[in-house]
Amino acid sequence: MTQTDKHADIDSHTGMHTTGHEWDGIKELNTPLPRWWVNILYATIVWAFFYCIAYPAIPLIQSFTPGVLGWSSRQGVNDDLAKLRERRAPIVAALSKASLQEIEQNPQLRTFAIAQGKAAFGDNCAPCHGAGGGGSKGYPNLNDDDWLWGGSLDQIAATINHGARSDDDQTHAGMMPAFGRDGMLKPKEISDVADYVRSLSGLTQPAGVDLKAGAKIFADNCASCHGEKGQGNLELGAPNLTDAIWLYGSDKDVIVDGLKNGRGGVMPAWAGRLDATTIKALTVYVHTLGGGR
Amino acid sequence: MSLWNKHAIFEKNSIILLIGVLIVISIGGLVEIMPLFYMKNTIEKVEGVRPYTPLELAGRDIYVREGCYLCHSQMIRALGDEVERYGHYSLAAESMYDHPFQWGSKRNGPDLARVGAKYSDEWHRQHLADPRSVVSASIMPGYPWLARNELDVKHLSDNLRVQQIEGVPYTAEQVENAAIDARAQASEDHPGAKAFGKRYPTAVARNYGGQPGRVTEADALIAYLQMLGTSVDFKIYDEKANIR
Repeated sequence: MTQTDKHADIDSHTGMHTTGHEWDGIKELNTPLPRWWVNILYATIVWAFFYCIAYPAIPLIQSFTPGVLGWSSRQGVNDDLAKLRERRAPIVAALSKASLQEIEQNPQLRTFAIAQGKAAFGDNCAPCHGAGGGGSKGYPNLNDDDWLWGGSLDQIAATINHGARSDDDQTHAGMMPAFGRDGMLKPKEISDVADYVRSLSGLTQPAGVDLKAGAKIFADNCASCHGEKGQGNLELGAPNLTDAIWLYGSDKDVIVDGLKNGRGGVMPAWAGRLDATTIKALTVYVHTLGGGR
Repeated sequence: MSLWNKHAIFEKNSIILLIGVLIVISIGGLVEIMPLFYMKNTIEKVEGVRPYTPLELAGRDIYVREGCYLCHSQMIRALGDEVERYGHYSLAAESMYDHPFQWGSKRNGPDLARVGAKYSDEWHRQHLADPRSVVSASIMPGYPWLARNELDVKHLSDNLRVQQIEGVPYTAEQVENAAIDARAQASEDHPGAKAFGKRYPTAVARNYGGQPGRVTEADALIAYLQMLGTSVDFKIYDEKANIR
């Protein structure tokens, strides 16, 4: 069968052309593609042609054709963000003008600040302080009343802005020295003072512990930062040792390790990274968790 | 035989079909990919982007070895919600010294393009060893061996040399001192610190891994993570000049 006469071959049952292929008397129908399908194909080709004219498309020597609509993905995101800023503008302006105390007293501002602060907390703070601010070993719990650097609005704002032991100029800088590693205390002395520190918050002690020796070492070495009674010092970030809240743990081994090698957890400074309004919102939100004192 | 019936030639000869397919695909590649190599505006001109230090480069190799790119992207797209969450969208210039790039396409974990300086070194140490000790809802596996394994600096010079072939502008001095520079960057008071600071003026040297006297794989990986997305100062970046 030749190419020319194959279309002449019409199947008697369906009235359709066959392809001319035949196996044991079975012939293949040459059914054309549905018209609507073919039309969509043509339409997309026409669409592509106009798209290339309207949008950035054809690469040239230096750059590409910008398209007559002048659209760009980067301008697009800038426009989106500008719109978002415009929508938030009134409340953000109010927030940036008001002091932390004013925000606290204005229910509308406070609600907004808490909502924005919560969102910012989830992305920026939760990895260390936990999704609900519960903290973990080495990362302070923000829900309790115990604050290393103070729990007032202004103190919280200072900590968020400048961090703790970060590379910011105004960062909180105090840190626990490595009494053991740097040879300031002998292992026996460290053990004694660790027992004494545990006794400050009323933890039960094994029999035969010499608290007097520990108390003397504490007065000579620790009281300058942690206070005579171990009540802590917010200026230096020296924790209160008399409450039952422990940043690293209350086991004697943990305390001995801290005395030996020192402690100095780092919190990054957020002043450059987050804008001032977001930090305000964060401050108000964190203050709701366990602020005060 | 009309032109419309010529497709029979392709349908009856598999080799001719294969050659035809290759030609059509290469036209696509030539038109869509090739121009990016010569067009002047593919990579923005920005200040601050520098080649990786040897320690960061070693960390980057560990990032690739452990398959971090399978769950983490390093590409903040130019979309409103991404910019809101992660910061400024990624610039092509920021990965101009990446061979190969780590843009990725899968986000089981968050995007890491701007993770640098976001968390403390100590947080990274804990998180790499046991992610759930700091983020209880995390599904990331732990990588505790990073803190145990001594960093292999033997082949770092070769590594830099290969990057040089790829077009990264390392100097002969940087290539030669790669191993010692890696050690210098991973400690606070290394005798080579001054020379390192001269060779990489904007790099930060500190004990990333937190183990005195040891340079581990954790040092390298954390050094790499802590510089991601930090090299361009967006306060002085000219947004308008790079709209495209």
